[in-house]
Amino acid sequence: MPDNNRPLSPHLQIYRPQITSILSILHRITGVVLSFAALLLAYWLASAAYGPEAFARAQAFMESGFGRFVLFGFTFSLFYHLCNGIRHIGWDMRFGFELPTLRFTGVIVVLTASALTIITWLMAYGHVGKL
Amino acid sequence: MINTPQEQRILQSKLGRVRGLGSTREGVHHWWAQRMSAVALLPLALWFVFSVISLTGSDYASFTAWAGEFGNSVFLVLLVVTMFHHAQLGLQVVIEDYVHSEIWKVGLLLFVKYGSVVFGFSAIFAILKISIAG
Repeated sequence: MPDNNRPLSPHLQIYRPQITSILSILHRITGVVLSFAALLLAYWLASAAYGPEAFARAQAFMESGFGRFVLFGFTFSLFYHLCNGIRHIGWDMRFGFELPTLRFTGVIVVLTASALTIITWLMAYGHVGKL
Repeated sequence: MINTPQEQRILQSKLGRVRGLGSTREGVHHWWAQRMSAVALLPLALWFVFSVISLTGSDYASFTAWAGEFGNSVFLVLLVVTMFHHAQLGLQVVIEDYVHSEIWKVGLLLFVKYGSVVFGFSAIFAILKISIAG
């Protein structure tokens, strides 16, 4: 295919990783991860529609060690994508493009997403009393 | 309206030129839809997280009672529709950016589009069944 012989711009490994580029690709990665979270939500709802046995199987998966690991990843992905999404909307409204602002809002997003993830899990399992 | 000599030579209106621009020939529609669904997802996602926190460890009866409640059913349907739409739009961009083989690109795009419809509709029918049929 002639398409494959076209000259390429310098690729990813040429550039030094910076907080701006890392957070940018993290937005995409968490977005793709959240697509799988959407599938899990569809499965969860469908299992409840099928009946008690199917729902119990879904719950058992989500309460397993692997299930909780996945859910924890989904939780952080959601909060990161949500917070960084607000950052994106800010850029769309021409706000926050200066490099120091860019770095500052990036750090805020990571800290907020991490805090919200931890708070969510403490709230979820705090009142059940098992973690 | 017509300012420059270049613009005088173009018979097409400004609106006509703007419509259908871009690599996918759909102008800013995709961009705008992604933002609109994102804004809608903000309250929906926060409501969902808050709900799931209170649902932790619940059994079949309490979960179906929660999901079958009118307001919760409505919000769940809105969440599922907006979420799968937004996910599909985002995955489309990722595929268009990273998959360069034409056949793989089109195949994956179809897979994502049809897949989001299949799973989205399944989720909606599940909510309706829980809500109406019990």
